Amino acid sequence: MLNRYPLWKYLLILIVLIVGVIYALPNLYPADPAVQISSTASGSALDQERLDRLTQALRDEGIDIKSSELNGNSALIRLEEAGQQIPARDIIDQRLGDDYTVALNLADATPDWLAALSATPMKLGLDLQGGIHFLLQVDMQAAIQQRLEANASAVRDTLREERIRYRDTTINDRTITFQFANEQERNAAREVISGQFPDFEYSTPDIQSGAALAMTFTEQAVQDLQDYAVNQNLTTIRNRVNELGVSEPLVQRQGPDRIVVELPGVQDTAAAKRIVGSTANLEFRLEARPDTPEREIETFHFRNNENRTADLMRDVIVTGDHVSSASRSFDQNNRPQVNISLDGTGGSMMNRATRSNIGRNMAVVFIEHKTRTYTVMEDGKQVEKRDTYTKRGIISLATIQSALSNRFRITGLDSSAEAADLALLLRSGSLAAPIYFAQERTIGPSLGAQNINQGIMSVVVGLLLVVLFMLARYKAFGIVANVALGLNLVLLVAAMSMLGATLTLPGIAGIVLTLGMAVDANVLIFERIREEIRAKMPVQQAIHAGFERAFTSIVDANITTLLVAVILFSIGTGPVKGFAVTLSLGILTSMFTAIMVSRALINLTIGGRPLKKIWI
Amino acid sequence: MRQLDFMGKRRIAFAVSVLLTVIAIGALAFKGLNLGLDFTGGTLVEVRYEQAPELDELRGKLEAQGFEDAQVQTFGTASDILVRLQKTFDNDVGQQVVDILNSDANQVNLVRAEFVGAQVGDQLRDQSGMGMLLALAVVMVYVAFRFQYKFALGALISLGHDVVIILGIFALFGLDFDLTVLAAILAVIGYSLNDTIIVYDRIRENIRKSQIDDMPKIFNEAINQTLARTMATSGTTLLVLLALFFLGGDMIHNFSIALILGVVAGTFSSVYVAAALLLVVKLERQDLIPTQKEGDEEEELP
Repeated sequence: MLNRYPLWKYLLILIVLIVGVIYALPNLYPADPAVQISSTASGSALDQERLDRLTQALRDEGIDIKSSELNGNSALIRLEEAGQQIPARDIIDQRLGDDYTVALNLADATPDWLAALSATPMKLGLDLQGGIHFLLQVDMQAAIQQRLEANASAVRDTLREERIRYRDTTINDRTITFQFANEQERNAAREVISGQFPDFEYSTPDIQSGAALAMTFTEQAVQDLQDYAVNQNLTTIRNRVNELGVSEPLVQRQGPDRIVVELPGVQDTAAAKRIVGSTANLEFRLEARPDTPEREIETFHFRNNENRTADLMRDVIVTGDHVSSASRSFDQNNRPQVNISLDGTGGSMMNRATRSNIGRNMAVVFIEHKTRTYTVMEDGKQVEKRDTYTKRGIISLATIQSALSNRFRITGLDSSAEAADLALLLRSGSLAAPIYFAQERTIGPSLGAQNINQGIMSVVVGLLLVVLFMLARYKAFGIVANVALGLNLVLLVAAMSMLGATLTLPGIAGIVLTLGMAVDANVLIFERIREEIRAKMPVQQAIHAGFERAFTSIVDANITTLLVAVILFSIGTGPVKGFAVTLSLGILTSMFTAIMVSRALINLTIGGRPLKKIWI
Repeated sequence: MRQLDFMGKRRIAFAVSVLLTVIAIGALAFKGLNLGLDFTGGTLVEVRYEQAPELDELRGKLEAQGFEDAQVQTFGTASDILVRLQKTFDNDVGQQVVDILNSDANQVNLVRAEFVGAQVGDQLRDQSGMGMLLALAVVMVYVAFRFQYKFALGALISLGHDVVIILGIFALFGLDFDLTVLAAILAVIGYSLNDTIIVYDRIRENIRKSQIDDMPKIFNEAINQTLARTMATSGTTLLVLLALFFLGGDMIHNFSIALILGVVAGTFSSVYVAAALLLVVKLERQDLIPTQKEGDEEEELP
C-alpha cells in the first residue's frame, strides 16, 4: 500500500527523536556560576565547619549563595549571580591563604539522571561567555639560539674536562664556532665533541690565526627542536593555566608553531598575559674568583639596583628547569621568599657545586626572554620586525654557608606578588622557547550576555516567522513541516551537545540560517505534490511521487552546501568554525527531519486512506 | 498556472547582471574592500560610556597620549565607542585606552579588545582567498560529475557573479569585511548553488522527458515549475535573516547583510545567470543522453 511505513521505521525515528530530546535537554539547565576551592598542600584539608564559616562570611558580604558542597579535598560554592564570582573569590582567598587554590568555575546544573547518561549542555564560546583568547607564536629563531647557547656551554665543559684549550666561542644563526690556538687542538676537540653532540654537522672554516671548528645544527635537529619546543610549551602553558584556576580553559596547538589559549570568564588580561606568556626562569651561578680567566666571566646587574654589578661564572650550576616544587612564604622580617625543591638531578648538581665551594658567593639570576615588536617602513609598506633579547638580573648574591641539597629558599624579591608569580612559574615549568602574542581578544562579560540574549531572540523570532509562513502557505502540510522544523532544532542542539561542539555567536547565526533553509526540503516536496495533484494524479500517488521525485534534488543541493561548510571549517578559526559546524550538522539533521520525519507524520495521519482532496 | 517568460527577458536580465558586475568590479578596483581587523592586523578596542561622549574630544584625548592614528567611531549606539589603532600592539592596550578615556564623571567600561598580528592577518587573508577558490572549484567538480560540464560552467559563473556582487557592495559602501562576512559568503556559495541545482535538476528532467528541442521553452517550463519553491525558500531564508539583522546585534550585522545580499543575488542568478548561460553554451539534448539513468523509483514495501 502506498504511503505506509513498516513498523521498524516508525520505531527507528522514534528512538532517534527520544535520544535527541534527552541529549538536548541539559541545555535547559544553564551552568551555575561557582567558586571552587581546593587545597594544594597536604595536611590542610577542608572540612564542613570551615566551609560553613566561609559561606557565612560570603553571606555577610551580601553574596547570594545557591548551595555549597564538600568533595573530599575540594569544595564548590554555587552562586546566584555571575557578577559576584570575583568578589566571592577575593573574600575566600583572603580567608584561606596560600595553601588553597580558589578558582572561578561554571558548575554543571544538569540533573543527575541526565548526567548519568553523560548528557551535557553545549559549551559556550568566548564571544558568548566573555573571556580572553590568545594566539601565541613560538619564536623558533630564539629557541634555536637558546639551544645553541646551552650546547656551547656543554661543549666548553667537555673541552675543559679533556684539557683542550679553546680561545673563543661565537654563535651565529645555527652555527657555533670555536677557535683554537692550532690545528692539533682543533682536531682533538673535534674528535671528542663530534661523538658527544650528534645533532650537529661539523666543518673547519679557515680563519686568520689559529684554527676554527664550526658546528651547525642539522635540519632534522631543527625540526625535532621545533616539535619539542611547541609540545613542551603546550605542557607548560597548560600547567600555568591550571594554576590560574580557570574553568574549562583551552590550550591547543595550531599549525606548526602556534598555540591557542582560551580562558573563559577571565577578565584581567594583564595578569593572564603575565602568567601565560612569561618566559621567566632562574639560574644559579657561582661568583667569579679574582683569578678566574676573563672568558669564563659574565657581568650582571642587580635587578633592584641598576648600578650594582657582580662578576659571575659563565657556567650555570642549575636552572629553574630542575625545580620540582616552589611556594611563596615570608621570612621572620615578613619579607617575601620562595621555597624551592629541586629534583634528583638538580639536587645532586647543586650539592656537588656547593660542597666544594663553601665560603664563595652564589647568585640567583632571574632571566626573561623578551620580544620587542616594532614597525618599520620598508619599500613604502609597514613591516613588523621582531627582536628577541634576554634580560638577566641578579636577584640575590649570598655566601654559601654549607653544602646545599635539593631544598633551599631564595630571597631578594621585590614584592610578595612577584614571589607568588615566580613560585607559580617555577612550579609549572619554564617555556622551552620564547613566545609572543600574535593575536589577542578580550570579550567583556556584558557583551557575552548581550550576545546570548540577542542570539536567542533571533532564533525565536526567526523560527516563529518561518512557522507562520509555512502555515499560511501549506496549511495542514505546513503543520507537518513545522513539527519537522521544531524537531530539527532539537536534533541539531542534541548533536552539538553530543559532539561537544562549542556554541558561538556565528554558530547561533548558523542555527538561524539553518532554520530558514531547513524547510527547503519540505517546500520542494510539497510543491511537487501540489504539481502532481494539479496534473490530476490521485492524492496518495501524488504524495508518494512528491517525496520520491524531490529526493535527488534535495540530496544534490545539500551535499554541495555540506562541501562548502567543510571547507569553511578547515580555514575558519574560533567563531567561524562554530558557524561551519552548526551549518553542516543542520544540513544533516534537516535532511533527516524533512524527509523521514515529515513523511512518517504524513503516513501516520493520512497515509493509505482513500482521500479525494488534501489541504496543501 | 500562468507561465512567465523568463528566457524571453534574458537579455535585459543579462544587461542588468553585467552592469552590476562591472560596478562591483569597479568598486573593488578603485575603492577596495574595507578589510577588517582579522585580515589587516591591528588593534581594536570597544568601550561603553554611560552617556554618549563627543567623538572629537575622545580623538583629542587619544592623540594627546600618543595614539595619533586612532580611528574613533560609534558602534551601534551613540555611547558605544569603537577605537581602531593601526599601531602595533603594546601590552594591555585595551586597559590603556580605557584609562585614557576614563577621566571624568562619564564612566567607561571595556567591552572588548582585540589585537591581531600583521603576520596572522596576512596568512588568514591568503587562506581565505584560497578557501573561496577551493569552494568554487569543489562545487564545480561536483556539478560536472553529477550533471555535465556545461552545467558546471553555468553554476560556476553564476556563483562568481553572486560573490563579486556582494564583495562589490561591501566595497562600495565601505562595510567592514571580516571573517564572519567571509563565512557568510561561503554560506552564500552553498545557498546559491542549492538554488541553481534545483533549477538544473528540473531542466535535466524536462529535457529527458520532452520531445521538443526548443531549449528556451523547456527552460522556461522548468523555471516556472520551480518558481514557487524558489520563492518559498528564499522567502523563509530572508525572513530569518531579517530577524538576525534586526535582533542579532552589531557583531553579526555585516554577516547578515552579506547573507541577505547573497540570497537575493543567488535567487536572481540561479534563474537568469545559471539557466540562461546554458543557452549561451548551447546545451543540447545529446549532452544529457549518454549520462546514466537515474536510479529506478522503487516502490516502498508496505
